[in-house]
Amino acid sequence: MSPEEELQSNVSVASSTRNIVGVLKEHNYLGLSDCSSVGSSNLSGLADDDKATISLKATELTLGLPGSQSPARDTELNSLGPAKLDEKLFFPLLPSKDEICSSSQKNIASGNKRGFADTMDKVPVYTEKNWMFPEAVVATQSVIKKEVTQNIPKGKLSTTNNSSSPPAAKAQIVGWPPVRSYRKNTLATTCKNSDEVDGKPGSGPLFVKVSMDGAPYLRKVDLRSYTNYGELSAALEKMFTTFTLGQCGTSGATGKDVRNETKLKDLLNGKDYVLTYEDKDGDWMLVGDFSWEIFIGVCKKLKIMKGCDAIGLAAAPAPRTMEKSKMRA
Amino acid sequence: MNYFPDEVIEHVFDFVTSHKDRNSISLVCKSWFKIERYSRQNVFIGNCYSISPERLLRRFPCFKSLTLKGKPHFADFNLVPHGWGGFVQPWIEALARSRVGLEELRLKRMVVTDEGLELLSRSFVNFKSLVLVSCEGFSTDGLASIASNCRHLRDLDLQENEIDDHRGQWLSCFPETYTSLVTLNFACLEGETNLVALERLVARSPNLRSLKLNRAVPLDALARLMACAPQIVDLGVGSYEDEQDSESCLKLQAAIRKYTSLRSLSGFLEAAPHCLSAFHPVCHNLTSLNLSYAAEIHGSHLIKLIEHCKKLQRLWILDSIGDKGLEVVASTCKELQELRVFPTDLHGGGNTAVTEDGLVAISAGCPKLHSILYFCQQMTNAALITVARNCPNFIRFRLCILEPHKPDHVTSQPLDEGFGAIVQACKNLKRLSVSGLLTDQVFLYIGMFATQLEMLSIAFAGDTDKGMLYVLNGCKKMRKLEIRDSPFGDAALLADVNKYETMRSLWMSSCEVTLGGCKRLARKAPWLNVEIINENDNNRMEENGYEGRQKVDKLYLYRTVVGTRVDAPPFVWIL
Repeated sequence: MSPEEELQSNVSVASSTRNIVGVLKEHNYLGLSDCSSVGSSNLSGLADDDKATISLKATELTLGLPGSQSPARDTELNSLGPAKLDEKLFFPLLPSKDEICSSSQKNIASGNKRGFADTMDKVPVYTEKNWMFPEAVVATQSVIKKEVTQNIPKGKLSTTNNSSSPPAAKAQIVGWPPVRSYRKNTLATTCKNSDEVDGKPGSGPLFVKVSMDGAPYLRKVDLRSYTNYGELSAALEKMFTTFTLGQCGTSGATGKDVRNETKLKDLLNGKDYVLTYEDKDGDWMLVGDFSWEIFIGVCKKLKIMKGCDAIGLAAAPAPRTMEKSKMRA
Repeated sequence: MNYFPDEVIEHVFDFVTSHKDRNSISLVCKSWFKIERYSRQNVFIGNCYSISPERLLRRFPCFKSLTLKGKPHFADFNLVPHGWGGFVQPWIEALARSRVGLEELRLKRMVVTDEGLELLSRSFVNFKSLVLVSCEGFSTDGLASIASNCRHLRDLDLQENEIDDHRGQWLSCFPETYTSLVTLNFACLEGETNLVALERLVARSPNLRSLKLNRAVPLDALARLMACAPQIVDLGVGSYEDEQDSESCLKLQAAIRKYTSLRSLSGFLEAAPHCLSAFHPVCHNLTSLNLSYAAEIHGSHLIKLIEHCKKLQRLWILDSIGDKGLEVVASTCKELQELRVFPTDLHGGGNTAVTEDGLVAISAGCPKLHSILYFCQQMTNAALITVARNCPNFIRFRLCILEPHKPDHVTSQPLDEGFGAIVQACKNLKRLSVSGLLTDQVFLYIGMFATQLEMLSIAFAGDTDKGMLYVLNGCKKMRKLEIRDSPFGDAALLADVNKYETMRSLWMSSCEVTLGGCKRLARKAPWLNVEIINENDNNRMEENGYEGRQKVDKLYLYRTVVGTRVDAPPFVWIL
């Protein structure tokens, strides 16, 4: 099939699919309108010479669209010039569908110019090259597939692939969606904890809330960052030192001194405080009965309870006792 | 007016407070220019690099309040690398050296340091108000200086800043004799808070009107704080993790019943889902509600709360409220003026929490709506056309369809017609953000109809340079144009160089502009700072001769009267 014929077939493909979007799978990668067929896009407004150039380029295995840097296109733009556009001449208020299509057809190529130009510069950044089909099955198909990756900011997949899932997981575009990083971070901290913890062994952090009776606020720990109870206990100790010292402060003692730190160790390890957790059924259990692996599988929340309130936890689920144990200054 | 002595004219000018109006006044004649100069109290500088502090002081020697903005808007979305600029230090130093009696400093997207805050606190005896929005570079030590030294401080308002929290005792740095606090907002601090110092401070601040707490202030502390400050108008709740029938909750409910002045509620950074019901008694007076950080609260609880908020004018919420929830808003909040619906799922997980139906419902139910920011998964032209018909009063219309290039999900058409209807119907539209699949056509509509448009945000839209040209030619009042990932290139950039003198700034990232084009622009327009941000290849830009095809990753240009800035980092090239 000569390049010309190939392009002709592309034209007819385009016309037939003008009003049928989604028939060609490739269209959905970018969600472009039905007038987005590549081959036809350049034919309407360009000289024959360029057609030949385009057709050669269409079969070329490059990243990007054919003809996107054709001189004809540039002159077309230059003709607009610095003079003000009389927009009404170009487009009436409610243009017919054809007009819309033809204009976007003309210009679709330039819409993807970026990718092509980038190839020309031989910027080595693009690794998507490797994902391309080595054979040009149909010029349209392969070029559109390349089109997909070219409209993506360097090195990142866009999330426009809504019809068929991409091989890799959905990567994110930098700065998209346009949500302030402060908001993203704040929501991330909150959401990490409300996500259900179900059967994803070792796949990421496992945050659970840790509360301590009398502590002014809760903390969160990543259970997967520890490998046994000892590590968890040590970490909790460190975390809640300040609270216990704070307690001493608010209860009237003067400042913090070494005496208070040792008091904490006794508090946590000794009789006064007990580490408990809430399991998947909502029951409060004493920490330590299960193996570590099973524990992190069932633990939803941690609580450092006062020893007196934890009586009866060992065997049976105990009612929540948060109300009773308030530290008062 | 020529027959009046200057003092009379000045007195008349005192009633003119808008910056634009004062700028206009100063252009009338020399005498008015002079009078206006000396009487200007509030100075607004939208781009800190457009002018220098020295020139500011020469023109306005007597101002009391300064508002400065630094980084471009897209810096909010991590598109501007760290260290780009926006340093407030030179400003504080210059103001401190002069004799200006600064009372208020409002900064947005600027880099502030502890040294700067310390200098600020020591240099201006009457300093009253510090408002920092989206700033970074300082810690709680800087706040401690402010607290210690500013005897007359009224407002300390920290909104969404990145503050290094040293868990110090900055709250206890307010002297015991200090009683003039009116606004205290430290919701963005991540660390522990000295609750005792906070309670004492609140207890001795009878003028306290606005209190926004951070995550580390738990329920029982909140109850105590509220009990000793029932005059609060604007409350930001910190943490709200507790059982419904606990003692603290009861105290809180008792305190809330006395909160007759409360008009604005926000926060709930850590929130148990059922906690909102405690606030039902005050809902009927609320005019502003911001639950956009309360990710743990289920839509149904949000709805129950909103059902009581009949006077609501401003609502910021997460999309977990759903279309059904927005219908409740539409039928309840007839006074609603501003709505923002933020996405909970930032990774496009396909959870269609709100759709075009919610937007249409709001537009139908809320006749006073003029500002909207709406994140959603899908949209249709029909819905936008309906919205335009229902609400021709939009001043700000920002629609963000989470998936780039997504067309009308029913017809698979671009959303040109929908946005076209919006700009055509909303004659007072000042700010517009577009998204979804869009061709040059939408920009033609914008250029033709959006005559009052001042700020336009474009992402993943358009086909050719024509799109950008339509906007530049048509929108006479354009001030800020920001474009990302759109195929606009040198031809559009260079078409009308003088246009940029009428605008504050232009941002273009991941577009088609080349280094050659930018250089040509910089040559043609010496009164512009044309900045290229190129993090990847600092040196490659110069080496090869292919400037005409060397794409520029990020372009930021702005008008300035003070030429090239001197604090640009190495990855910023000023042409």
